[in-house]
Amino acid sequence: MKQYVCVTAQFDCEGRIMPIKVHWEDGRTFEIDRITDIRRAASLKAGGAGIRYTCLLLGKQRYLFLEEDRWFVEI
Amino acid sequence: MRYILHSDCNSFYASVECLYRPEIRNKPVAVSGNADDRHGIILTKNQIAKNFGVKTGEAIWQARQKCPELVTVPPNFPLYKRFSKMTREIYGEYSEKVEPFGLDEAWLDISGRDMNFQKAKAIAEEIRGRIKYELGITVSIGVSFNKIFAKLGSDYKKPDAVTVITDKNYKYIVWPLPVENLLFVGPATKKKLNNMGIYTIGNLANCPLDTLVSVFGKNGNLLNQFANGSDKASVAFSISHQDVKSIGNSTTTYRDLKTVEDIKIVAFVLSDSVARRLREQNLKAWVVGVSIRENNLNSFTRQRKLSIPTDITEEIAENAIDLFLKNKGETPLRSIGISLSELIPSDTPVQMSFFCNAKNNNRLHNLDCAVDSLKKRFGSYCVQPAVMLNDPRLSGFNPKDDHTIHPVGYFTKYI
Repeated sequence: MKQYVCVTAQFDCEGRIMPIKVHWEDGRTFEIDRITDIRRAASLKAGGAGIRYTCLLLGKQRYLFLEEDRWFVEI
Repeated sequence: MRYILHSDCNSFYASVECLYRPEIRNKPVAVSGNADDRHGIILTKNQIAKNFGVKTGEAIWQARQKCPELVTVPPNFPLYKRFSKMTREIYGEYSEKVEPFGLDEAWLDISGRDMNFQKAKAIAEEIRGRIKYELGITVSIGVSFNKIFAKLGSDYKKPDAVTVITDKNYKYIVWPLPVENLLFVGPATKKKLNNMGIYTIGNLANCPLDTLVSVFGKNGNLLNQFANGSDKASVAFSISHQDVKSIGNSTTTYRDLKTVEDIKIVAFVLSDSVARRLREQNLKAWVVGVSIRENNLNSFTRQRKLSIPTDITEEIAENAIDLFLKNKGETPLRSIGISLSELIPSDTPVQMSFFCNAKNNNRLHNLDCAVDSLKKRFGSYCVQPAVMLNDPRLSGFNPKDDHTIHPVGYFTKYI
């Protein structure tokens, strides 16, 4: 399933975009501990394609996708 | 030796839809137009639907007879364009010579000093893998030493495959194939060739050139080159613009056009679209043409040369409407189109006529430019002739932005 989420991100001087926090629909906010990989990838599970950030959230690995100008996670 | 890839996205529209809709991925799926608007034909289908015998171009009801569980989804052209752009970005990392052929196909020239078929195959495999991983769709790629065989290679094994056709093996791979598999051999050419006893590409390659030329004229030479792999056409640079030969739009309306007003409504929408596209490219047209399809599916085209080239919507619309009205019979019309040809850059000096009102033309041109900028900012419907409001459904299509997929004919460069 595809779940669009709100994200707080940092745009650096080089134009790179780094997500910092993910805001869940129910109001919870999760800080991204670390980003271990960034690459273009498709999400067969959620149905979409974009830039995939492999994130550590609460010690667990999660994929966060930036598709055009929206963020989504696989659930 | 040149090394050319032809990459073809398998069942492109259907693959993108299946990526975005996991719930239908394992069902027979077809992307089709809207049956209520009489656009109800199959545009593409996925492999499962293909196995049921569903064919591109047939009506939805015909497809449903073969495959009752067929899931039909409406097309989402902006999404397909986005995927097309992403595939081209990947191709662009391997060559600056990328020549698109429609949204879903492209040739790449990866020739280089140290290139060989083994390396070319490895590159093709890498591209195939990347597109699958990064975009979630599959491509089949043909690798060869000319564009024609590369295209045959991409058709040879589908989906998600690479086929290499070298100067050593082409006689074994290409020559046994039916002659209609060759680009440019359509139903009419196929019939003529079959009547000459030519059924395979090998038969064609071995047919004496004189015989081909006597039947097909200069195209006989091309057929011979294509079948023998000696086609020299180069892959265009991705940045080079191919010369536009004509600009046209047509539409099948949701109901038949019976009255003069019906025709005017649709002709205004089409003229607006072609004229805006003309102005966007800084061109003017000498010739206005119309195409007419009656509801008994009888169709014909008519055209007219203007006294001076124009890019003014009103002038194009007036000429087109006049052509429609002078040439249509009593039969209601199912589909009409407007095209502009003999295009010249808009700043080309032209001989003025005593009878044309240049001042007024200038005024109309400025008016059109002002309306163009309004439409760019506020959408195509922000300013329109009042007659459009008489039947908003008839006028409520946007050929300019909905249909900007115009594969350039392979042969334009030969003509």
